[in-house]
Amino acid sequence: MEEQNSISNDDGNNSPSGARGNEWPLWEIFIRSKNGLDHKHAGSLHAADAEMAIENARDVYTRRMEGVSIWAVESKYIHASNPDEASSLYDPANDKLYRHPTFYDLPDELRNM
Amino acid sequence: MHNQEEEKIFLDKIDKEIKIEPKDWMPEQYRKTLIRQISQHAHSEIVGMLPEANWITRAPSLRRKATLIAKVQDEAGHGLYLYSAAETMNISRDEMIEQLHSGKAKYSSIFNYPTLSWADMGAIGWLVDGAAIMNQVPLCRCSYGPYARAMIRICKEESFHQRQGFEILLTLSKGSEAQKQMAQDSINRWWWPSIMMFGPNDDASPHSKQSMAWKIKRFSNDELRQKFIDVCAEQVKILGLTLPDEKLKWNEERKHYDFGEINWEEFWNVVNGNGPCNKERLAARVKAHEDGAWVREAAAAHAKKNPRPLKGRLATV
Ligand SMILES: [Fe+2]
Ligand SMILES: [Fe+2]
Repeated sequence: MEEQNSISNDDGNNSPSGARGNEWPLWEIFIRSKNGLDHKHAGSLHAADAEMAIENARDVYTRRMEGVSIWAVESKYIHASNPDEASSLYDPANDKLYRHPTFYDLPDELRNM
Repeated sequence: MHNQEEEKIFLDKIDKEIKIEPKDWMPEQYRKTLIRQISQHAHSEIVGMLPEANWITRAPSLRRKATLIAKVQDEAGHGLYLYSAAETMNISRDEMIEQLHSGKAKYSSIFNYPTLSWADMGAIGWLVDGAAIMNQVPLCRCSYGPYARAMIRICKEESFHQRQGFEILLTLSKGSEAQKQMAQDSINRWWWPSIMMFGPNDDASPHSKQSMAWKIKRFSNDELRQKFIDVCAEQVKILGLTLPDEKLKWNEERKHYDFGEINWEEFWNVVNGNGPCNKERLAARVKAHEDGAWVREAAAAHAKKNPRPLKGRLATV
């Protein structure tokens, strides 16, 4: 999961404002490269507020027209699943192969399905 | 909470080329090695802006000036990608900057050499960015996810850096005798420090082996250096210039160029703070940081009191 990129920053040593010491808070930046595509995590940066986060994201992540839209989310608001629990979290999906089209036995002469 | 089970899962991922992500368990030494490497890499990008910034106001044409500004701006971006990759390992930006300013953290020694002529912008692009690219391309496959992703972005941007440098040298090499001489002089000064960028010889590089085992590094210092020398020895012919090494000679048996002895004493001298510009570079960084303190404080205070409403709107509403 890409958005875990900077989550470990959030493990308890942040002040309520999301900044440590005098640091500006950390923001996660998501960029839509063109209309029709999802916003994708690009990385993170520090900024004093949302507007500055977007301005900085433009300079840091879109110097070559990499995006048409930017989302900025303060990192402390991103919640992530715990990788240690991955096996139990995703396990129930493991034995449900019937959710995939290839599970079904059908004759070769069946067309357009 | 370190136990053998976790270590086994970690090594298994490394073995299967599954990336390690920030919240995954990792050995303390892996974390430390990466923090050191990524932050030093970030510092190099930032300090690396200084030698080139020196020539922005004196670039010989508007085209060259625009190019140089764009390149230096890219290097700032590279520093930022890398700082945020390092921050995923629970070190703060302030801490890293403090380590740079106190001299605890190093940056690439190459940036402690002065830029004496316009031709140096060419030699830096061709040789310094060239050596950096040679080092960085394999890092795109580094086992640590955030570092690898930052490197992919950086490598995409680097190729213009090297090409614009070569173009500067090519133009000078076709110019007057004085211009040609300026280009040769610049190559003479930058060649040896550039091949030192790959670091000490393999047998003098104790951490390399572990880094290779953890797939942080993919090739040894000497392998990458040889590859770089082989490439440059051919490219320099296009310039009609030479590399300053009398022992540089194609070895048919090895299928590589042989080359002369590197002056490691000079290398360690510069690493340890005694290069021509170490003090100047660090002083420039510290001054920039201190001069910017009031801006950082003012913006933070203002945002706390009165966050600027976003011009757009909430993304999902
Ligand atoms: Fe760079
Ligand atoms: Fe570069």
